[in-house]
Amino acid sequence: MIETKDLAKHFQVGRGQILHAVDGISMKIQENEILGLVGESGSGKSTFGKALIGLHPLTSGSTIYNGHTLPTKFNAADHLKYSKELQMIFQDPYSSLNPRMTVLDIVGEGLLIQGKVSRNDVKEQVADWLGKVGLNADHMSRYPHEFSGGQRQRIGIARAMIIQPRFVVCDEPISALDVSVQAQVVNLLEELKNDLGLTMLFIAHDLSMVRYVSDRMAVMYLGSLVESGPADEVFFHPQHPYTKLLVEANPEPDPASERLRQHVPIAGEITSPMNLGAGCRFADRCPQAMDHCRNVTPKITFIAENHTVSCHLFDQS
Amino acid sequence: MADKILEVEDLSVEFATYGGTVKAVRGVSFDVNRGETLAIVGESGCGKSVTVQAIMGIIPMPPGKITGGTAKLNGENILGLPPKEANRFRGVEIGMIFQDPMTSLNPTMTIGDQISETLMVHRGMSYTDASRRAVELLDKTKIAEAAKRAKQYPFEFSGGMLQRAMIAQSLACNPSVLMADEPTTALDVTIQAQILELMAELQRTENMSIILITHDLAVVARMADQVAVMYAGQIVESGSVDDIFYRSSHPYTLGLKEAMPTNKRDGKKTLTPILGSPPDLFHPPTGCGYFARCPYAMAVCEHHQPEEHHLTDSDAEHQARCWLQHEGAPHIKALNQPGADQRD
Repeated sequence: MIETKDLAKHFQVGRGQILHAVDGISMKIQENEILGLVGESGSGKSTFGKALIGLHPLTSGSTIYNGHTLPTKFNAADHLKYSKELQMIFQDPYSSLNPRMTVLDIVGEGLLIQGKVSRNDVKEQVADWLGKVGLNADHMSRYPHEFSGGQRQRIGIARAMIIQPRFVVCDEPISALDVSVQAQVVNLLEELKNDLGLTMLFIAHDLSMVRYVSDRMAVMYLGSLVESGPADEVFFHPQHPYTKLLVEANPEPDPASERLRQHVPIAGEITSPMNLGAGCRFADRCPQAMDHCRNVTPKITFIAENHTVSCHLFDQS
Repeated sequence: MADKILEVEDLSVEFATYGGTVKAVRGVSFDVNRGETLAIVGESGCGKSVTVQAIMGIIPMPPGKITGGTAKLNGENILGLPPKEANRFRGVEIGMIFQDPMTSLNPTMTIGDQISETLMVHRGMSYTDASRRAVELLDKTKIAEAAKRAKQYPFEFSGGMLQRAMIAQSLACNPSVLMADEPTTALDVTIQAQILELMAELQRTENMSIILITHDLAVVARMADQVAVMYAGQIVESGSVDDIFYRSSHPYTLGLKEAMPTNKRDGKKTLTPILGSPPDLFHPPTGCGYFARCPYAMAVCEHHQPEEHHLTDSDAEHQARCWLQHEGAPHIKALNQPGADQRD
């Protein structure tokens, strides 16, 4: 349904320095699936999500949506055209809602901009959607500060969904929430996927939650895609050294299995995405790095029909 | 009997606000054994941070007020001491690390100076000696090139490194208790694993007790010996980590477990959210705080504060504040109740 080819987004940060936020990502997302995207902070997950729906102009590469290539830089008309189908739920439910707008204005704004509806219809639809996300119609005249984090997140979901998009980028929609509320939001997203046939990119750093939510899972490191495949495959049979370490670092809510586990944390931290050259991005931290890894960028290798790894250990040649 | 280093009894804390008085902590009691980790778990606003801040004596008063209770460190009450006396133990006997290292360290002082300051104040060391010791401490928390790093400012450190620096600072006076308030919440899983391993290792080498505040049950499973589950300013269940996970005896503990995904391979379990929200602590409920959200609530729960029931299912002390533990209560399949042979 949506596909990227060698998508890259670099930022000029002054003094001729270039920040490689996303570098050459090719990815396919099928109709009505949830693709989970994981990686450490600074790995470019959010930038990728935003670039995918035109919120960042692309540096190079392309995005193909339902057979059409999207413009590399969206102008106002493009935004109007594509926002009907491509929407986003933002990470921070505090800064992504305008504190001076009421919930009715926030949730209904998209409909009004798209036109074709009267103010009364907007009110009706907003009430309807607030109900669907577990709030109620009385909340319409309130302002964002009157809500808790979980409720705000649901306002953000209603705002994205009221347009009835085909594809939604959910950027860490649950990381700011308490455990009990996380389950509510996750269940709501699954429900919307099943009822409305939505396709989603679910960005998060909580591996267990991503595995729970997603059909397929993709792992990013420093702007590049290191592994992707069916969620359970990637989670239980990780192939790339980075995915393996990520899965090992993920604690489990079960004391008995935690006691049995070897705790060998991954050394070092994610390196700076400035002025990157060739070679595997993970080479500096990789326990299995070879000389070759530091000089040549690994290619994508298919190790199963729908399971890819970018690592020289899997090179056929 | 294990060696108790810290005994907290019946601690209550209130905050006077314009909207009235918030009863943030309502009669909390727990013990910490030497060399063990006690995890305090609960949702935001349940009073877990206020509890340790009260013990540490860092609650701003006013608006805060400790309305009752004692906290005995090695048998001596340390609760509500005047600042001068409190300084004998805080930072010395009890070290503390915070959730957000970026805002908890002084941005205008070098990392090394912040650590040496602790040593100069509490140990009366000279600047030169303290600086040398600071580098050793940074080295101990596995910061590479410690001597160079000590001369740097917080903005030059990453989040994980700052948390290491803060641990180094809290270890300066060899505390017997380390209080860690959500130490890894702001960090990535890989860095979280590093910090947790560092804490576990230091605990072994220094024979330190840790009070770990967290909302993440996976972190609890990884680190804790004892667990206290807090809700609405009270401890609703406490016991060994196995008691809490495998013999959950309070519906709230059960609810937290059901709301989290597991890493088990056998298919997906459905996540069950806890509906509703915690009670308003301006007017705490007369009955059980969890009444409004509890799927098993009974008539008695609404107006009568549940007693603390001692369970006899294991060697360790296991307690639950729930009427379902009363001998006359109906049996709930998912819940651990003595006399019923259900276990999950």
